[in-house]
Amino acid sequence: MAEKASKEKKIPRQPMPEQEPGVRRRNFLEVPKGYDEKTAMLEAQRCLQCKNPSCVKGCPVSVDIPGFIKYVKEGEFTKAIRHIWNKNSLPAVCGRVCPQELQCEGNCILAKKGQPVAIGNLERFVADLEREQGTGELPPKAPPTGKRVAVVGSGPSGLTVAGDLIQKGHEVTIFEAFHKPGGVLVYGIPEFRLPKQIVSSEVNFLERLGAKLEVDTVVGRTVSVDELFEQGFDAVFLGVGAGLPRFLNIPGENLIGVYSANEYLTRANLMKAYLFPEYDTPIVIGKDVCVFGAGNVAMDSARTAMRLGADRVRIVYRRSREEMPARKAEVHHAEEEGIEFHLLTAPTRFLGDEQGRVTGVECLQMELGEPDDSGRRRPVPIEGSEFALDCDLAVIAVGAGANPLLTKNTEGLKLNKWGYIEADPETGKTSRPGVWAGGDIVTGSATVILAMGAGRTASNSIHKYLTWGW
Amino acid sequence: MFEILKRQEMANGTVVRNDISAPKIAAKAKPGQFVILRANETGERIPLTMADSDPERGIITIIYQVVGKSTALFKSLQVGEKFQDIIGPLGQPTHLEKLGKVVCVGGGTGVAVLHPITRGLKETGNHVYAVIGARSKDLLILEDEMKKASHELFVCTDDGSYGHHGFVTDVLKDILEREDIKLVVGIGPVPMMKFLCKVTEEYGVKTLVSLNAIMVDGTGMCGCCRVTVGNETRFACVDGPEFDGHKVDFDELSQRLNAYKEQEKQSYERYLKECRMG
Ligand SMILES: Cc1cc2nc3c(=O)[nH]c(=O)nc-3n(C[C@H](O)[C@H](O)[C@H](O)COP(=O)(O)OP(=O)(O)OC[C@H]3O[C@@H](n4cnc5c(N)ncnc54)[C@H](O)[C@@H]3O)c2cc1C
Ligand SMILES: Cc1cc2nc3c(=O)[nH]c(=O)nc-3n(C[C@H](O)[C@H](O)[C@H](O)COP(=O)(O)OP(=O)(O)OC[C@H]3O[C@@H](n4cnc5c(N)ncnc54)[C@H](O)[C@@H]3O)c2cc1C
Ligand code: SF4
Ligand code: SF4
Ligand code: FES
Repeated sequence: MAEKASKEKKIPRQPMPEQEPGVRRRNFLEVPKGYDEKTAMLEAQRCLQCKNPSCVKGCPVSVDIPGFIKYVKEGEFTKAIRHIWNKNSLPAVCGRVCPQELQCEGNCILAKKGQPVAIGNLERFVADLEREQGTGELPPKAPPTGKRVAVVGSGPSGLTVAGDLIQKGHEVTIFEAFHKPGGVLVYGIPEFRLPKQIVSSEVNFLERLGAKLEVDTVVGRTVSVDELFEQGFDAVFLGVGAGLPRFLNIPGENLIGVYSANEYLTRANLMKAYLFPEYDTPIVIGKDVCVFGAGNVAMDSARTAMRLGADRVRIVYRRSREEMPARKAEVHHAEEEGIEFHLLTAPTRFLGDEQGRVTGVECLQMELGEPDDSGRRRPVPIEGSEFALDCDLAVIAVGAGANPLLTKNTEGLKLNKWGYIEADPETGKTSRPGVWAGGDIVTGSATVILAMGAGRTASNSIHKYLTWGW
Repeated sequence: MFEILKRQEMANGTVVRNDISAPKIAAKAKPGQFVILRANETGERIPLTMADSDPERGIITIIYQVVGKSTALFKSLQVGEKFQDIIGPLGQPTHLEKLGKVVCVGGGTGVAVLHPITRGLKETGNHVYAVIGARSKDLLILEDEMKKASHELFVCTDDGSYGHHGFVTDVLKDILEREDIKLVVGIGPVPMMKFLCKVTEEYGVKTLVSLNAIMVDGTGMCGCCRVTVGNETRFACVDGPEFDGHKVDFDELSQRLNAYKEQEKQSYERYLKECRMG
C-alpha cells in the first residue's frame, strides 16, 4: 500500500488545458478546453480508491467518486457516466461550476498535500464524451402512472425534478417565465464558463424522455398555482430561483451605465448582446468598468465586461481576499485576464454627467473589525478616506433576494422573514399540500449542486406522495 | 400560438395594430397590463400594452408606433405569421373604482394605452371626459373608439389641422376649471406627461401616468426598468407601469430612455439597409 501510494504520488495533478489569457479575454469561447482520454486516464490513476472516501462526504449529492474514477482509469467511460448519473443528472454542468475546492476536492485525502484529484475535470470529461460521442440511448422509463406534475422554473432544481419524475412514469410539464429554459445556467453563467449548448442538450434529453416544456409562462401571472391544480396537475414543484436584484441603495444608482448583475448578464448571455447588432439587444460597452461584489456573479460580470472590450475592469469589494465567495478557479481566471481587485473598498455614491451617464464612483477605504453574524470580520470604514474611481460602466453584484411575483400571488405558502419559501429540508414539502419547493427560492442564492440536491429530495417525496399519497 | 389574425396600419403607416392569438394571456388580461414580445430568435424583448383583449376568442390587440428596429420588424409581420414569443399579462392592472368625474388624456400612441383604461373607468360608473391629441390630423388614432369609451371626447392637433388647435393640456385646463374632477389619467410622451402633471398639481387633482421605462424580463428580476417615484426606486414592470404622476422623476426617466440611443440608431439603419437590399 505504501509502495503504491508513493508510486502514484509521482503523477502530478494534470493541468487543464486552457485558452491563453491574452486571447480569451476578448472572446466568449469556453476557457478550459477539457481533458483528452489519455490525460483523464492518467489523472484517474492518482485516485487512491479510499475505502472510506472523504471526497464523497464533501459532495452535496454524494456522487460515488472513487467508483466512477475507477471506470475512467480503466477506460470504461460509458460505465463511468452511468455511474455518475445515479446521483447527479447534470455532470457536464457540475464538473464546470461546482466550487470543488470547498466540496469534493477540498475533502480529498490528497488535498492535504495541495494536489487533490481533479474530480470536477474528470466528471466534466466523461459527461462531455457521452454528449459528443455517446449513443444517446435513453434510460429506461417506468410504465405511466397517470399522475401529472407541474414543475415551475427550469433551473437546475426544476430540471432535476423533471428528469427524476419522468423516469418514474409520471407526466411532467415544466413552466418557464423566460423564452429559454435553463434558469441561471442560461441567463446568468456566461458562455465562456458554461457553453449554452450543454444546457440545451440537457433540456433536449428531458424532452426526448417525454417532458413537456412551456416557455413564456409566468406562473402567478399567465397561470396561477390554483389553476395548475384545476387543470389536473397532482403535484407542483416550485423552483423559481432567487430572482430579485439587490442594489447598493446609494445615490446615483439610477444613472445610465449602472446595472444590476442580473440585467447585465441577462443582456449579455440570454439576449446575446455580445453579438449585437446581429442580435438586437444592446448593452452599454464600458471602457473603464467597476464591478461591486466578489462572488461568482461579480467575476462573471467583470470577465464579460473585459470580453466586450473594456480597457480596465476593477472588482470593488468591501471585505478582504479571504472573504471573497467566488470559486477559486474564477478568481484565478479573472486575475489572469487582467482584472484588478480593489479590496476593503466600499462605494458611497455614483457620479454622473449632464446626460445622466455614470462617470465615477466615490468610495471609502475599509479596515477589518470584529467578526459579524456570518463569522467573517466586519469591514468598518476608515474616517476621511473618501476617494473616487472613474468608471463608465458599473455592475452591482452584491447578491439576490426572493422575487415576490409568484409567492405573493399564491395562497397558503409560508414564507420566512426574507420572503423565501419555507420547505421541509427532508422532503421539500411546503406549507401547502401538494406543493414542493427547492433551490435558491428556499435557501437563498446557493449553488447549482445544492439546487439539484434539493430537486432530488423533492422528487423522491413527490414520487411517494403520488404513489402512496403521503 | 401568437399568430397574427388581423393587421391594420394607422396614422399613415406610422402606427400598426395587430390582433394576435394568445388565449392564455387573453384569459387573464386586464386594462393597464402589458405583454413582452419577441419577433424571432435574434429579436429583442419589447414591452407593449394590450390595447384590447377578448378572452372568448383568445385574442389580444397591440397598437404600436414604429420607432426603431424592433417595431419596424414587427410591422413587417403579415397576417398568418407569428411572433416567436409573447409573455404576459404583466404589470399591475389599473385600479378601477367609481370616483365621479374623471379625465383621460392621451397623446400620440399613448392613446392606445389609454383606451382600455378609459373604457374601464366608464364601465365602473365614472363620468369620463377624454382628451386626445396628435401632431396633425393624419397621425390621430382611435378617435371613434375613444368616443365610444368616454362620455365626451375632445380632440387636439398641434398644427390645428383638426379639432382644437393646441395641446391636450389646454383642453385639460378648461375642464379642470369648469368641473370637479377626481382623477386625471395621462398617457403619452414623457414631456407631455411631465407637463400635464404640473398642470394637475396646480389644481390638486390626483393624476395617474403610465411609465414606458426600458425593460428586459418584465418580472422584477433585472431592475432595468427602475424609476424614481416619491424619492424611492420602483420597478415599472411589477410595481407599475402606472404611478402617481406627481411623484415621478420624469427627467430621470427621459434620460434613461436614451440609454441606448447610439446602438438603436445603428441597429435601425442596418435594418433599413438590409430591407432595401433584400
Ligand atoms: C452569474 C451567476 C453565476 C453563478 N455561478 C455559479 C457557480 O459557478 N457555481 C455554482 O454552483 N453556482 C453558481 N451560481 C448559483 C447557481 O446558479 C444557483 O444557485 C442555481 O442556478 C439555483 O437554481 P434554481 O433551480 O434554484 O433556480 P434558477 O437557476 O434561478 O432558475 C429559476 C428559473 O425559474 C424561472 N422562474 C422564476 N419565476 C418564475 C415564475 N413565476 N414562473 C415560471 N418560471 C419562473 C426563472 O426564469 C429561472 O429560469 C451562479 C449564479 C449566478 C447568478
Ligand atoms: C409597459 C410599456 C408599455 C408600452 N406600450 C406601448 C404601446 O402600447 N405602444 C407603443 O407604441 N409603444 C409602447 N411602449 C414603448 C415601446 O416598448 C417602445 O417604443 C419600443 O420598445 C421601441 O423599440 P424599437 O426597437 O422599435 O425602437 P428603438 O430604436 O430600440 O428605441 C426607440 C425608443 O424606444 C424605447 N425603448 C427601446 N427599447 C425598449 C425596451 N426594451 N423597453 C421599453 N422601451 C424601449 C427607448 O426610449 C428608445 O429610445 C411601451 C413601453 C412600456 C415599457
Ligand atoms: S457534483 Fe460537484 S461536488 Fe459532487 S463530485 Fe461532482 S463536482 Fe464534486
Ligand atoms: S478522497 Fe481523493 S483519493 Fe480518496 S477516493 Fe476520493 S478522490 Fe480518490
Ligand atoms: S424589466 Fe426587469 S425588473 Fe422590470
